[in-house]
Amino acid sequence: MSPRPIDTPLKPDAKLDIQALLDGLADYRPRRHGWTWRVPVPNQRLYEFEYEETSEGLANSVPLPAAHYFDNIDPQPDCVVTTEIASGRPEDDIRRMRMAAWHGADHMMVIRTAGQSHMDGLLEGTPEGVGGIAVTRKQCRLTRRALDLIEDEVGRPINFHSYVSGVAGPEIAVMFAEEGVNGAHQDPQYNVLYRNINMYRSFVDAAVAKHVMASAGILQIDGAHNANATAVKAWKVMPELLVQHAINCAFSVAVGMPKEQIALSTVPPDAAPAPCMRMDLPYAVALRDLFGEYKMRAQQNTRYMESDSRDATVSHVMNLMISRLTSADVQSTITPDEGRNVPWHYNNIAALDTAKQSLVGMDGLREIVKIDRTDPVFAARVRELKERAVLFLEAMMRDGGYFTGVEEAYFVDSGEYPETNDDGIARLSDGGVAVGTIVPRADDYFAPVCHHFGVNHIPSEAARGADTRPCASIGGCTLCDDSKVPFIDELDPEDNVDVRLATTAEMRRRGLIKPEVEWAGDGYVAVTMFLPAAERVAEAAALELGRSMNLTDVEVIHRQVMHPAEGTLVEIKGRLDVAIDPATLVIPDKPEPLSDEEIREFVAAHNLRCVAATVGQDEHSVGMQEIIDIKHGGLEKWGFHCQYLGTSVPVEKVLDAAIEHAAQIVLISTIITHGDMHREAMEKLADLAAEKGVRDKVLLIAGGTQVNDELARSWGMDAGFGRRTHGIDVATFVVKTLRARAL
Amino acid sequence: MVRPDTFTEVRAHLADLTEAQLEARFWELANECVTPLVELARTHTSPSIERSVLMRMGIDSRTCMAVVSECEKRGLLGHGAGHTVWLCMQAWDCTPAAAAARLAGDEGWDIAEAKWGGAE
Repeated sequence: MSPRPIDTPLKPDAKLDIQALLDGLADYRPRRHGWTWRVPVPNQRLYEFEYEETSEGLANSVPLPAAHYFDNIDPQPDCVVTTEIASGRPEDDIRRMRMAAWHGADHMMVIRTAGQSHMDGLLEGTPEGVGGIAVTRKQCRLTRRALDLIEDEVGRPINFHSYVSGVAGPEIAVMFAEEGVNGAHQDPQYNVLYRNINMYRSFVDAAVAKHVMASAGILQIDGAHNANATAVKAWKVMPELLVQHAINCAFSVAVGMPKEQIALSTVPPDAAPAPCMRMDLPYAVALRDLFGEYKMRAQQNTRYMESDSRDATVSHVMNLMISRLTSADVQSTITPDEGRNVPWHYNNIAALDTAKQSLVGMDGLREIVKIDRTDPVFAARVRELKERAVLFLEAMMRDGGYFTGVEEAYFVDSGEYPETNDDGIARLSDGGVAVGTIVPRADDYFAPVCHHFGVNHIPSEAARGADTRPCASIGGCTLCDDSKVPFIDELDPEDNVDVRLATTAEMRRRGLIKPEVEWAGDGYVAVTMFLPAAERVAEAAALELGRSMNLTDVEVIHRQVMHPAEGTLVEIKGRLDVAIDPATLVIPDKPEPLSDEEIREFVAAHNLRCVAATVGQDEHSVGMQEIIDIKHGGLEKWGFHCQYLGTSVPVEKVLDAAIEHAAQIVLISTIITHGDMHREAMEKLADLAAEKGVRDKVLLIAGGTQVNDELARSWGMDAGFGRRTHGIDVATFVVKTLRARAL
Repeated sequence: MVRPDTFTEVRAHLADLTEAQLEARFWELANECVTPLVELARTHTSPSIERSVLMRMGIDSRTCMAVVSECEKRGLLGHGAGHTVWLCMQAWDCTPAAAAARLAGDEGWDIAEAKWGGAE
């Protein structure tokens, strides 16, 4: 085995080097195993605030949008935060993971490709997945290698997670243990109910898989949330959810998994227009009462998710409030576009920011807003849910136990137990995928490896004295000796990462810029439009408009009726086959704004005053108010004394007022430009100032939608400001200019 | 079976339990429910489990697949696929990976047959 490659640390201003991560992958080994929790910091002080539920901060991150008002702090909640990534290509997943890590994700959950749970064996290489990734050793190793670099960049350990379910559970568990995967879904009930994998096979495999996971410190998350996602009426499924959690927890503990390594995948079952908070809180409390020794992985609702990302976001914020009012050890996020398509890059970020914003915003809320457990209606409902779950278990045991219960469709029934509607999922014990594949272990059954669950007879001739490990007989197993882990690179010469990267190599080499949502160079853009037409007409028109924009593969991804006749909101996606060479772009230098304190100090020290007006026959006042009013973050914010003279003010009057008030700054706004009125106003102002001998005592500044700096200067101004100017831009210009003039 | 919500009628025996007693009852039933499942798992194996054993012996997934399939065909799975590989390692004085590679190449099955007999 060659020495482990040593990777160069990432630089925030440079992209991930995918090729470098692929080179030498056969020799890359994970540097740690097992799950990592955040490190809480009680009563953490950041800026002027104290936080009660935050953890150690990040070395590099993108804070929330409003952070610049708060000294750019980026408080990190106390719980681990998940993002789910499913592009189907590992080389693109890792770029998204880096973005997600900068927005606060420390649990990267990769969704598996459709159908992998029915594959009896491991996949190898990097074939492209559908709706998720082909989980393979190479994919895991590449991802873990990238995450090792990314966690160093952000300064916090990152947990990597996928699925130990399906027919190949034990093999996946061993591969995950070997490759340093930190968390995994494992719940045999998922196989049985949703994948129709034979129930005996599922539980026999699960015991071995769980035992291996336990040995590697892998956090287990169960699959009960699927009952919610599948239920006909999600508010009726709560007693069953408690039962499903209990079966997986009790089974996991019995096969050797420590309770602190077991997390419940719990989701608030309902969504508005149901009164969902009142319905879901008693369930959340009953769950935490019963499962106090286990970890809570709070998932967000997907059952009632539509294509409206605003609607999804509001549901998720309510889910986050339940997390804050009860508890969450891991807070999962669902991308707001999951109701439309496989998640796009920026929707992972949107979901993460929603979680961070909500969790930080509700920091310590539980201290002052408490669930009133003495309220008789609330308490009765909590109790009722527990009793219904007990009744479910009692009946199932009377009928013959778990396997009989599944055969008799106890699970995912649309009635709230003991109510049943005979519409649950029924599976036969002698049916399903991989039926008839379990075999009794013989009296001399022997597995010469460690962390193997169940009967294992070490033959006397295999015993190695004091070394009682089963693997002593083979000189060590991969779980004891990392150097024994084998590596298969690619099995398919066409469907692999190298072939895919070759198709975008030119783009990377020349640094070409092409829009993307999932894969490098996929070309997808989304366009939002309001069309004054009824829904179906609007949809057809939107598709046609998309094609007129030179988009291909145009599809409607969202529509919402504004009014049946007046109009419809439509969002479309389509591919834009254009790549921009950044070398051809003319990018003006970005002016660096001064800090608030620096401006305030200078303004106070020099008692800066300005006179402002909209000049000529022009009644527009909004733009100027944006620049000077304190309410809009204008010049007054930093202490400028502003005299606003109003609209349609003659230029002479502006200058006279400036002289009268001994103002150092004159601001004129010119919106109307026909007949070159804006040019005339500026030239006249400059000439008058020169005539009156004050040109070098005042800064003349013009603004307006059609104004730009170059033109304004050529017409005698000191500066011109156009669209998207803010008070800070004008304030910075004033202070920098006056400072340069050594005022 | 369709059944209306009989909760108020069938809960009588739970009504007097304290919260702690009710929660203890819940876990007692859950543990009772999984006991036979754990016993089934303890005493059985499967092709995936046996491949996971060979993996832990340092054998690559394709070879694991070949060896376990052959063990299944020959009715040897119940003795452990790793057991067969281990027997061949002893006979050939080699690593598990080398033994498995030879088994995957259809060598050495006579060693297993000598111990356990042919396929049933």
